[in-house]
Amino acid sequence: MEPTFTVTEEQQLLRSMARELFEERGTSERVREVMLGDDGLDHEAWRQLAELGLTGLTIPEEYGGGGASHVELAIVFEELGKRLLPLPLLSTAVLGTEVVLAAGTDAQKKELLSGVASGSAQLALAHLDTAGRLAADPGVTATRDGDGWSLSGAAGYVVDGRTADVVVTAATTDDGLALFVVPGDADGLTREDVEVLDLTRPMATLTYGGVRVGDDAVLCGGDAVPALHRAIAVGCGMLANEQIGGADHVLRTTTAYARERMQFGRAIGSFQAVKHRLAEMLVKVESARSAAYHAARAIAEGDTAEIAVAVPLAKSYCSEVYEHAAADGIQLHGGIGFTWEHDLHLYSKRAKATKLLLGSPAHQRRLLADVLGFIAA
Amino acid sequence: MSTDERTLVEGKLDALLEAYPPADTSEREFWGAQFDHGLAWVQHPEGLGGLDVSPRWQALIDRRITEAGGSTRNRYLNVLGIGMGAGTLVAHTSPEFASRFLRPMFACEEIWCQLFSEPGAGSDLAALSTTAVKDGDTWIVNGQKVWTTLAHLAKWGLLVTRTDPDVPKHAGLTYFIVDMEGDGVDVRPLYQITGEAEFNEVYFDDARIPDEYRVGEVGQGWNVAMTTLMNERVAIGANVGPRGSGAISHAVEAFERRQAAAADGAGDPVSDHDLDRLMSHWIEAEALRLTAVRAGEARLAGTPGPEGSTMKLHWADLNQRTTSFAMDLLGAEGMTYPDGYEFTRPDETSNRTESVHRAFLRTRANSIEGGTSEIMKNILGERILGLPGEPRVDKNIPWRDVPRS
Ligand SMILES: Cc1cc2nc3c(=O)[nH]c(=O)nc-3n(C[C@H](O)[C@H](O)[C@H](O)COP(=O)(O)OP(=O)(O)OC[C@H]3O[C@@H](n4cnc5c(N)ncnc54)[C@H](O)[C@@H]3O)c2cc1C
Repeated sequence: MEPTFTVTEEQQLLRSMARELFEERGTSERVREVMLGDDGLDHEAWRQLAELGLTGLTIPEEYGGGGASHVELAIVFEELGKRLLPLPLLSTAVLGTEVVLAAGTDAQKKELLSGVASGSAQLALAHLDTAGRLAADPGVTATRDGDGWSLSGAAGYVVDGRTADVVVTAATTDDGLALFVVPGDADGLTREDVEVLDLTRPMATLTYGGVRVGDDAVLCGGDAVPALHRAIAVGCGMLANEQIGGADHVLRTTTAYARERMQFGRAIGSFQAVKHRLAEMLVKVESARSAAYHAARAIAEGDTAEIAVAVPLAKSYCSEVYEHAAADGIQLHGGIGFTWEHDLHLYSKRAKATKLLLGSPAHQRRLLADVLGFIAA
Repeated sequence: MSTDERTLVEGKLDALLEAYPPADTSEREFWGAQFDHGLAWVQHPEGLGGLDVSPRWQALIDRRITEAGGSTRNRYLNVLGIGMGAGTLVAHTSPEFASRFLRPMFACEEIWCQLFSEPGAGSDLAALSTTAVKDGDTWIVNGQKVWTTLAHLAKWGLLVTRTDPDVPKHAGLTYFIVDMEGDGVDVRPLYQITGEAEFNEVYFDDARIPDEYRVGEVGQGWNVAMTTLMNERVAIGANVGPRGSGAISHAVEAFERRQAAAADGAGDPVSDHDLDRLMSHWIEAEALRLTAVRAGEARLAGTPGPEGSTMKLHWADLNQRTTSFAMDLLGAEGMTYPDGYEFTRPDETSNRTESVHRAFLRTRANSIEGGTSEIMKNILGERILGLPGEPRVDKNIPWRDVPRS
C-alpha cells in the first residue's frame, strides 16, 4: 500500500488526547518548576502518560505495549514539542526502547519493555564519548571479570542519564561494540548533571569506575552498530516531529501577539516587515511538517531505504526551520521576547540544542549525500 | 590649528599621566583627574571635561591612556551616562547645571540609566504615557518604565514624560533628570534569557522632580530625546575594536578549540566547509569594522554619509549569525551552558562577555535594544534612501485619541 499523509480518526483522537494532556500539565509555571527542580523531569506526568498507554505506544503488545506505529508516536512528540514539559520520552520510549527491541533477547524485552509501558522503568542510552562523539569507540570499555563484566570509562551527553532506572551502555569489548544493561544505581556508576543550555532536557555525564554486571546484562555481545543506528535514526525522526511542534507553537503565539500588540496606533502585524516574516515562517513550518511526517511514515513502514533518506532530510531541515522560527519569534516580540519570564527563550534554546542533538544538520546532510551517491567512493 | 590642538592635547596628556600614573592611581581618581584635564570628552567645553577641540583627538587620548596602563572601561560601566547622557546635558542644559553632574558621571561615582521605553511604548517611543504634572516648582511623576538597563545601580535617570495628552504625541513630551534614590521611585529586576537581570522595571509613584531638573523646554522632550538617541548611535559607531575583536572572536575561538581537540584525538576534525564559513563571517566582520572606521572619519570631517546609519543594523545581524555559527562549531558542547544560569544583577552589561554561550544568547537582544532592526530598516529606507514613508494614523491627532494595546 502506498503510504499517505491522510490522518485516521484514531490518530486524530490520539492528537487531541495528547494535546489536552500537555496543555493541562505543561503550563509555563509547571515547566519552569520542573526544569529548575532537583530531578528535572515531571515524574507525575510520566505516570499519567503511562496510564494512557503513551510511554509504550510503539512497543509490541506481547511486551505490554500499545503496538502502534511511529506515526502515532510522532504525534505525541509534536504535541509535546509545543509545550516543552520535561519528560523522558526521547530517552525511554525511543532511544532505550529501540536498542532493546533491536538487540535484546526475548527475556530482556519482556522485562525492560513491560517496565517502559507500565511507567515503572525509565531508560537512557549512553553511547557517546565525553566529547559527544558518535565514535566507533565510545568512552566506555568492558572487560571480562569472572563470570561477568566490568565497565570502565565515561559517557557524555546522556539524555536523562542522571535519573534513568536503567542505562543501556555502549562499550568496547574484545569482540567489538557491545551493549550492556546497567542499573542506574549500580555500584561504581557516578552520574553528574551537565550544565545544559536547554533546561527542559536534562543530560548527564556518566563515569563507570569498574561497574560490575552479570552476563545476563549483555544486550548484544558483538555488533551493536545496527541497533545503535536504528535507535538514532528513530530518535532523529521523532526529534524532527518535536521540532515542528515547537516551531508551530512559536508561529501561532507570535502571530497572536502581532495581532494584539499596538505601536504607532496600529497592530504590529499590519506592518509588512512583521507580516512577511510570519508568512515566511508559515511556509517553512509547512514544508518542515511534510518532511517530519514523512520521516515518521518511513519509520512506520519499516522501509529501510527510504528511512535513510527521509530521516536525515527531516532532522536537517526541521532543525533549521525551528531555529529560525524561534529567533524570529523573539525578534517580533521585541524586549519582552528577551526576558526569562516569557517562554520564547525556552523554545529558542530547545531549537539550538535539538539541532545539535543526535547529529547536526551538517552531519545529516553528509549522511544523505552518501546515501544518494553524491560523494565519490 | 590642528597642530595647535595636537600640542594642547598632548601637553594635557603628559601632565595627566605624570601627575596620576595609572599604576599608582585608583581608577576613579584617575578618571576624575582625566576629566579635570579636559580629556574626558575633548569636544566639550573647558570646565565640562573637554578642551573644545575636535573629537578626533579622543581616540589618541584613549590609546595613550590604555598604553600607560590606564583604564577606559568607565565608558561601558557607565555607558548610558557617558555614551548618551553627557552629550544631552552639554547640549540642553546650562554649564553650571551640567558641571554638577558630569565629573561624577565620568568617574563612575554616579551611574546613569535611560528611562525611555514603557510597556506600551517601545519602537513607538513618542507614544509613552508616564505623566509629569506641575505642582508649584516641582513636577509629580507617575507611570512605569521598562527595560531600564543598570537602573539598579543608577543614581540618575534620563526620563521622558508626557506633560500634555491633548496635543499630537511628539508635541506633549518633556525631558527630566530624575534622582533614582528619591521617594516614589521603585526599581525591580527583570531577568533576561541569559539568567541575569541587566535591566529593570521602574515604577514612579508620585515621585517629585524639581523644575530645575527639567532638560529643555516643556513640550520639547522629543527633541532632547533625539539628542540622546543620536549620541547612542555615535557611541556605538565610535567604538571600533581591533581587527578580529567582538563576535567574530567567539567563532575563531570555537574553531581553534575544535582544531586543538581534533589534534589531541578528543574531537571530530573541522571541515573545509567550517573553515569557509568561518572566513566568510570574518570577512563580513572586517568589512563592518572598516565601515565603522570610515564612518568615524567622515563624521569628524563633517561629511557623514550613509555608512554612519547602516552599522547598527549590520552589527546586530552579524553578531547573531556569528555567535550562532560559533555554537554550531562547538558541536555537542553547544548544547551546554557551562557557567549555568545565574539569576544575578550584574554591575555592567554583558554585551562584552567572554563566553561563547552567553554571547549567543546575549546577541539576541542586539536587534531589539537601541531600536529594532525593523525600525532601523525603516530609517534607512526613508531617511537615507529617500523612499516615501508609510501612511501614519497617529501623527496629527491628540495623543489621547491614538489607539493603544
Ligand atoms: C537588552 C535590552 C536593553 C534595553 N535597555 C533600555 C534602556 O536602558 N532604556 C530604555 O529606555 N529602553 C531600553 N531597551 C528597550 C528597547 O529600546 C525596546 O525594546 C525597543 O525599542 C523595542 O520596543 P519593544 O520592546 O516595545 O518592541 P515593539 O516596539 O513592541 O516591537 C515588537 C516588534 O514589532 C516590530 N515593529 C514595531 N514597529 C514597527 C514598524 N513601524 N515597522 C516594522 N516593524 C515594527 C519591531 O521591530 C519588533 O519586531 C532595552 C531593550 C533590550 C532588549
